[in-house]
This record gives sequence, C-alpha cells and structure tokens, in this order.
Amino acid sequence: MRPLAITASCLVSSLGAGRPATLAALQSGASGLAPCRFESVDLPTHVGEVQGLDKWRIAGKLARFDSRNNRLARMALAQDGFAGAIEDARRRYGADRIGVFLGTSTSGILHTELAYRHRDSVTGSLPSDLDYAGTQSTFSVADYIVHAFGLSGPGLVVSSACASTTKVFATAARMIESGLCDAAIVGGADSLCLTTLYGFNALQLLAEAPCRPFAAERAGLSIGEAAGFALLERPDRAAPAPVHVLGVGESSDAHHMSAPHPEGAGAALSMARALTAARLRPVDIDYINLHGTATRAGDAAEGRAVMSLFGSATPCGSTKGHTGHTLAASGIVEAIIAALAITEQFIPGSPHTIVADPALECRYVTRAAPALITRVLSNSFGFGGSNASLILGRAE
Amino acid sequence: MTGVRVWVEAAELLGPGLPSWDTARAVLAGHEPYVHADFTLPPPPQLSPAERRRAIPSVRLALAVGAAAIAGSGLDPATMPAVFASSGADGQTIGGILSALALPSREVSPTGFHNSVHNAPSGYWSLAVRSREPVTSLSAHDGSFAAGLLEAAAQTVCDNVVVLLVAYDLPYPEPLHGVRPIAASFGVALVLSPARSARSLAELRIATIPMSVDEATECGEPRLEWLRRGNPAARSLPLLQALAASRGELVRLQLARGGLGVGVTPC
Repeated sequence: MRPLAITASCLVSSLGAGRPATLAALQSGASGLAPCRFESVDLPTHVGEVQGLDKWRIAGKLARFDSRNNRLARMALAQDGFAGAIEDARRRYGADRIGVFLGTSTSGILHTELAYRHRDSVTGSLPSDLDYAGTQSTFSVADYIVHAFGLSGPGLVVSSACASTTKVFATAARMIESGLCDAAIVGGADSLCLTTLYGFNALQLLAEAPCRPFAAERAGLSIGEAAGFALLERPDRAAPAPVHVLGVGESSDAHHMSAPHPEGAGAALSMARALTAARLRPVDIDYINLHGTATRAGDAAEGRAVMSLFGSATPCGSTKGHTGHTLAASGIVEAIIAALAITEQFIPGSPHTIVADPALECRYVTRAAPALITRVLSNSFGFGGSNASLILGRAE
Repeated sequence: MTGVRVWVEAAELLGPGLPSWDTARAVLAGHEPYVHADFTLPPPPQLSPAERRRAIPSVRLALAVGAAAIAGSGLDPATMPAVFASSGADGQTIGGILSALALPSREVSPTGFHNSVHNAPSGYWSLAVRSREPVTSLSAHDGSFAAGLLEAAAQTVCDNVVVLLVAYDLPYPEPLHGVRPIAASFGVALVLSPARSARSLAELRIATIPMSVDEATECGEPRLEWLRRGNPAARSLPLLQALAASRGELVRLQLARGGLGVGVTPC
C-alpha cells in the first residue's frame, strides 16, 4: 500500500488523557488497573476504568448521543489538539471528502443495560426516552463524530471484536486509494459495560489479579476502556508528519469463535500480509506490539506465530498490563503507543509481568527502555477469529 | 461520475415473499406481483451438527444468503474476503443477555456472550467455508447496506480480488423492538469482481454523493417499499430491482450523512 501520514492523534485510557500523560505513564511503568468498582459489578477482577467521565456528558443539540461510550470519545477528541486538526482538514479537503472509519464492540450498550432496570412493570417496555440510534447502535460513535464536526463523507463502524480499530486502518487506506475520500478519521471507543464484564467472566477469561501478559503465571485478562483517534492523509497533501502507516494485514483463523488457532496460523498470516503490504521483511521491524491479553491460550498462540516469522531476535511486548484489554479500542490505543515508541525512542514495558514465560521463547520486554525504533508492527486479534496487523514507521 | 467500478457476479436474497434470487427476480423486475409470505431461517448445513442446532437467527440468515450467492457464482468461498453488514448484533442474543443482566443473578452463558458480538455471523462464515481470508463486520445503522457495498467494492478494486458482500437485519424481540423497530427479516448477498466475466450480471459504478435520507431511490411497489423502509439490509432493494430487470439506472442509497450513487449497467 501507499504510505499514509498520521497527521494528528489523541487518546484516553485508564493511563490518562492525551498523549503526554500516556507517555509519562508508559515510561514510568504505571498501570491504570485497579480492583473493579465499576457500576454495581460484583466480580473479583481488576479493570482499567477512566475516571471523571460524568464531566463529559453530551448535552444540547447532540444530547441524543449521550452514552458512556460517546462521552469517552468526546473526552478523547478534546485531547492533543485533535478537534482543531479535524476542523483544519475539513477546511482543506471539504466536509464530504473526509471519511470516518471507526470501531467498537459494545458501543453504548451500558445505556440499555441500565434502562432494562427501569422497564414498565406492566408492559415490560423500555423507557420511552431511550434513543437507540444515538446510544446502543453500533454506528453511534461515528454518527456522533460526523454530527459534532459537520462531516458528510463516507462513514462506517467496523465491529469485528478486538481487531476492529486495527482493521479500520486498512479500510481507510482502501477508501483513500480508491479516491472515495481524501483523508480519514480512524479509531474508535469501547467502554466498560456489564455485558463485557459478565460475558468474559462466563468464559472464565478474567484474571483476579491485574493481568500479566506473557508471564508463566498469566491467568487471564483485565478489561479496560479507552477511546482514540488518528487523522490519516496522503503524505503529498499533508504537512510533514513524523509517523506513517506503512502496511496493514488481515486474516481469519477459521478455527473457533472464541479461542485462537493453537499454532497462531491466522495471526502469522496477518503479520505476513502486513509485511507484504509494507514491502518489508521481518528483520525491518524493530519492535512488535503484541495483542498479548494474558489469556493462557491467546499468548501461547501469538508467541508461536511471532516465533514462526521473527524468531527470538525482535523485541516484543504487550501494553495490556498498563491499560487492561480495551477490546475494540485496543488497536487504536496501541497504534498511538507504537507511534510514541517511534517518536520518543523507547520500548514500553509490561507492568505486572515480572519474568516472561520461557516456554513462549520470543524476546519479551518487561521494563520500558530507550531504543532506536524506526518501525513497529502492532497486532490485534478478536473473537470470530478476526486478525489484523498494522505497521507504522518513521516518515522517510 | 467517477468512483470505483466492480461487476456483480451473483446475487442472492431471502426475505418475506422473496425466497431466492431465481424466484424473486420476476417479482423484483415487476413481471409478477409481490405476495408477502413469512419464512423460516434454515440451519446452516456447512456447520457441525452441534453448531448447526445452536445457530442463532442472524447466523442462519447471513450464512443462507452467502452460501446461495457463492453457489450461483461457481467460485470457491475459501479464497474470498467477505464483508458482513448489519445495523446491529443478533437481537435474540442481545435481548437475552440484557434480560439476564437486569436480574440479581446476572448469569450470562459463555455461548451467549460469544454469539453477542456483531461479528458472530462473519466468524461462523469463516468457520463454515474454512477460509483464512479476511472477514469484516460493519454497521452504519440504517445505511449499513451502502456502507458494506462501499467497503466490499473498495476491497475488490484495491486488492484486485473477488469479494463476497452479505447484508442482513432481523427484528429485535421486545422490549428492544419498541426502541428499534425492524419490520421483517431480510438478507442479501452480492459477489463482486474487479473484472467482467461471462457470468457477470451488471457493472456497478459506485461513488459517494451528497444526499439526504428522503432522496434515496424508492421501490415503487408499495409492499417492497415498506420492506425497504423497515429493514436496513432491504435498503438494497432498489439496486436488486435494477439488477433483476437488467435495467440501466442510477440508484441512490442512504449512507451515514451522505449517500452512495450506484450506476448500474447490465451486462
């Protein structure tokens, strides 16, 4: 693919709001995980909750979009000068030439979960003021941004579970390549909700202690919430940007709905396709940001896939111990972290992982360290066997 | 009009009074009257017996139209990326989880949870056809069909591959139906190719256009128009009518805030 410039980006997670706060937390080894106190959830697990979302309530003309998920998106959009970058892009390209390609898994379903507690005692109906399209609908976060910024280009929300916000980079690249838009907002949001917490609990995939990716004693994941966005433009039409998207690869496991292929065959295919798209070899990658959710099977499969392509030479790591698994938002959060690794010249660490599991063989980094990073490959794998890998590199 | 150009290699649909493309073609073309008829969703024969029995409605609908479209194309589904468009996740599954979470016990079943993701049908599709090719599951609320068509067409052209597009939406159970009414189940599948072949039905030229919702092309036939308005996947009906009638036409489809112009040229 032809490289795309990342001309602006923003994020919010349990690590903090904005890139500077995120960077400081990554470099100091801080973790956003804490014992779960979310809503009325009574589960022995840790979560990466974003505090203070009430302050980001959506009122006025856009009030119908008010949900935890869109508040998280709103909070992210207010960071890192991103809103101004959208306004600027709209002036340069026109409102109809900016695509909005986002991802989420559960969107604003928390809104409906809470509404179910207030069903009419006779008819069973939901409160009449529940705005499904503005809140629970999968498309809601894109619809919100389209309305908030007065955009009218193509828009869609990918909901391929935890691969979603890595897959949208591929969607954006294709839409720009085929001339359907000139620039694209990619990213998305996933927020804490009961469906996710009780659902992963039912699958026995939640760790009690904070998650420990790639550790021998790893015992499952910690759920987090996050929102993040990036503005993608053709380099020849944008101001110089330090980091470019070089390639994206996608594949399917065709193995099981909620368990990975044991040898990581689909994961390896996704990484290989990203390398092909970027016209790079494994040796050209300086750091691999792993999906690394800390499940027994998931980390083992990914470790095998990495070994099959890269061997044990390339440093790799997971930031899930910092942020928790932010599900569909993990792709954009980790793309922005990968870009920080390139611009700030460091490899993130892995809080809570003291020693890497020797059985996984690959070169897992547990503590943040300075390093010359030119290109990063970032993995996102999801339910349904959906895999995506993104390669970012220093602009040449 | 510029935009991307693809060819339709096969089309399939399943909806009330529209049991298959071959049967529905004369109805869509206006040669035979439309007769509303309820229908049941077939269990997917490609899945294992256990998965088949447990297959949720959205999986049944999506796999039925996807498999029938492929059968009509003579192509191998295992070599084909696929795009699945639906306004939301499986209503029966989501409704069950929401009800369970409102009770003190909050018991969610493991199967219920993995079936609750928007990409359950696309995941089962890749299992059914044993394909390692990418599948993408997406939504643009009532513009989901047009969004799926745009994504599938962009994949077809950029990656120079044949792509399967499946769009489906089903009514939600109460009380969700009260806040998100979908009138009837409807599924559609198109096989898109980057080049014309002997079996091509039509050439499509697809571009984004400024458009408001009420400027979308309508169905003419009142009961088909009821279906079009009542189901996001059935927003495809004006395009299917043009394909069925082998009629050159510019079809306007709703997409997010703007629209898609689809220029249909029969082969």
